Amino acid sequence: MGNTHSPTRARMRQVLNVLGPFLGLLVVIGFFSLNPEVRPYFLSGANFKVILSQTVIVAVGALGMTMIIVSGGIDLSVGSVVALTSVVAAVLLRQEWIPLLVIPLTVLVGGFIGFINGVTIAGLRMMPFIVTLGMMGIARGTAKWLAGNQTVNCPDSPVNDIMALHQPMQLLPLPPGVWIASGLAILMVLVLRQTVFGRYIFAIGSNEATARLCGIRVQRQKVLIYTLGGFFFGLAGLMQMSRLAQGDPSVAVGLELDVIAAVVIGGASLSGGTGSILGSMIGALIMGVLRNGSNMSDWPNYMQEIIIGIVIILAVALDRLRQRRAS
Amino acid sequence: MPTPRLRMVDVRKSFGATRALQNVSFEVEPGEVHALIGENGAGKSTLMKILSGAYVADSGHIELEGRPFRAADPLHARRCGIAMIYQELNLAPHLSVEENIVLGEEPRRFGWVNRKERRALARRALAQLQHDSIPLDAPACTRTIAEQQIVEIARALVGQPKVLIMDEPTSSLTRVDTENLYAAIGRLKQQGVSIVYISHFLEECQRVCDRYTVLRDGTTVGHGLMAEAQLGEIIRLLVGREVQDIYPRIPHTIGETILEFRQLAGRPKPRSASLRLRAGEILGIAGLVGAGRTEMVRAAFGLDRLAEGTVHVRNRLSGLAQPRRRLTEGIGLLSENRKEEGLMLNRSLADNLTLTHFGPLARFGFISSRLQRQAARRWMEELDVHAQGPGQSAAELSGGNQQKIAIGRLLHHEAGILLLDEPTRGIDVGSKAQIYRLMGQLAAQGKAILFISSYLPELMGICDTIGVMCRGVLSDIRPVAEWTEHSIIAMAIGQPESQLETKS
Repeated sequence: MGNTHSPTRARMRQVLNVLGPFLGLLVVIGFFSLNPEVRPYFLSGANFKVILSQTVIVAVGALGMTMIIVSGGIDLSVGSVVALTSVVAAVLLRQEWIPLLVIPLTVLVGGFIGFINGVTIAGLRMMPFIVTLGMMGIARGTAKWLAGNQTVNCPDSPVNDIMALHQPMQLLPLPPGVWIASGLAILMVLVLRQTVFGRYIFAIGSNEATARLCGIRVQRQKVLIYTLGGFFFGLAGLMQMSRLAQGDPSVAVGLELDVIAAVVIGGASLSGGTGSILGSMIGALIMGVLRNGSNMSDWPNYMQEIIIGIVIILAVALDRLRQRRAS
Repeated sequence: MPTPRLRMVDVRKSFGATRALQNVSFEVEPGEVHALIGENGAGKSTLMKILSGAYVADSGHIELEGRPFRAADPLHARRCGIAMIYQELNLAPHLSVEENIVLGEEPRRFGWVNRKERRALARRALAQLQHDSIPLDAPACTRTIAEQQIVEIARALVGQPKVLIMDEPTSSLTRVDTENLYAAIGRLKQQGVSIVYISHFLEECQRVCDRYTVLRDGTTVGHGLMAEAQLGEIIRLLVGREVQDIYPRIPHTIGETILEFRQLAGRPKPRSASLRLRAGEILGIAGLVGAGRTEMVRAAFGLDRLAEGTVHVRNRLSGLAQPRRRLTEGIGLLSENRKEEGLMLNRSLADNLTLTHFGPLARFGFISSRLQRQAARRWMEELDVHAQGPGQSAAELSGGNQQKIAIGRLLHHEAGILLLDEPTRGIDVGSKAQIYRLMGQLAAQGKAILFISSYLPELMGICDTIGVMCRGVLSDIRPVAEWTEHSIIAMAIGQPESQLETKS
């Protein structure tokens, strides 16, 4: 009897796997809409624009982090890299470099830090946790040093437009940053699913020994993964600078945990081999809606933190439960 | 007649449909070293796992010092005086020698470790082996392999065992260390400990054992006094089965040499391996577990470091190489360790099948999942894989089907040279027969196959030529007609027939 049902059940399971994070997002939105006093403000186009633009930085970070976590690694230096690159962008703008140069340079700095991480991890066969924990301190320190331990103000420039909310009372136009993030997300979906580079990332995370057996140059691939991840973190830093209109070396402390949480809520396993860009993006949105909704509901900051903590554990627990039933 | 220390009568054990032990009887006297001899898969470890509580027998009778005994779990067995030392070292590398010796049996009072007593216990155990020179405070991982082995035995002695089981204790020891181990065994014997000594090396058994029992295919086929035994007779007992006809002979013609190893040496194994593999040939490599066969192909494939020697592919020198290069040369390696190395268990069958060869599945640099599924489906049909579809994860398949997927990857890669390391290990008879037929078909297509196996009947059944590896050396390779199971085993245990004849 179970046999005749198993193909449909298998398909149901697949659908549920894709829809799982979506349902979670709907539940969270529905939950905050329950309160009639909050609903009109929470469920408005203008507020969704705010949520989207607040989520962008975590989302862009999650694009890089998804790749890294799928490969079986982790990067704890995200928050510090965002701070460092935001300072770099501000310093360059203050010295009147043209924005057309500042933007790629800032992203490159992020990529360079990722490259150092990758080379250390692959070359010395070290644990990514340790290497990036070290880099977390190095990047943060460098940011403070560069900024002279204070915020770096910079002249108004087109860079600030990336995250600007024109027409704050309506949904459109969205800030360019949201479009950039969406475009990159689509690109990364393709890269992870349909390029050899992407399939190798899954292979390494699923079973590094098999990857080696199958001729994948595992260490080289790891350097590429962390470097590419670094580009995304650099871009997130640029967006951070754009949003605050200044470079702040003490910004984004603990951002890495939000980014990792988004990826894990999106269905990735910290032991590698599974995860999806779409899931991570929804995970980032869930985090964004939670923060925004708690603010709107006038919950104190400490309640937000407790609730976000519970949501992370719940999301992963549900995922485990689903997997155990599947096997 | 005194009661034996241990008596096992008519022990039976099945795993699903396979009968691992059918009718085993076994007796050990106090203060005796008893050799348990059998080929890989004969049932030695199953029997010992029943004794030490890891498995429960389906039926049969076990007596320990005349009283019925049934181990509920390993701890219970240990408390009853049965200790086992496994082939692989099982020490906690970062704990000290002393902590390792008493691990699990720490003298304690209200949950606090009694350090003084712990030290005394550890010291007494090492003294019993006359190895009190090993520093108690050093972390276990800083000691030599031989000393770690002593620590392992000392740990077994803490419980004051009545029966001590040693599984291939010398496989990683040098000659001098082996002598020391024999001395330690001699002392334990004098103290009345009964020792079950499992080893492939018959000359070792002759040195240290008093009696022997031979297992074959889960049955006791012989026992007796070691001193009166003739090695030839024991080998005949070990082998003595009919070659069944599950080995389809598919006619194939042998062509030019396309792969050659010249004096390959790795670290530490193999010591020296040379062979020529020809197109359309199935070349079998026989030998005991640990002889260095796996290490030979891994080094040749670039997975492990090659210390010396050269690899020639299609008559061209192709020395040091990474697996990637070997794959482009059309060489594929099937790992002996399907679960840990061979497959990505949590990925789909399609991913597993196509990982090394995305080329024909891509359009403009993007892999088409439709083409990927199509290719996967084709291989699954061709290899008769029982699964829901190409999207199912590899972990959900049976061993036989998993193995077909792992082989399918080599076929999808269009490899012309296949290095198959134990391709039939741990899979059902039906799948085995399918894999034998497939190997015949591949050879008929002109592919060259190197077939490593520890199971002689299958080597005799499907190979054109067979070479035997013993302690890291691949000695002569001969056409299968010039071998008998008897002569292969004799060669594998380092007792070539010529020597046997002069001895006996």
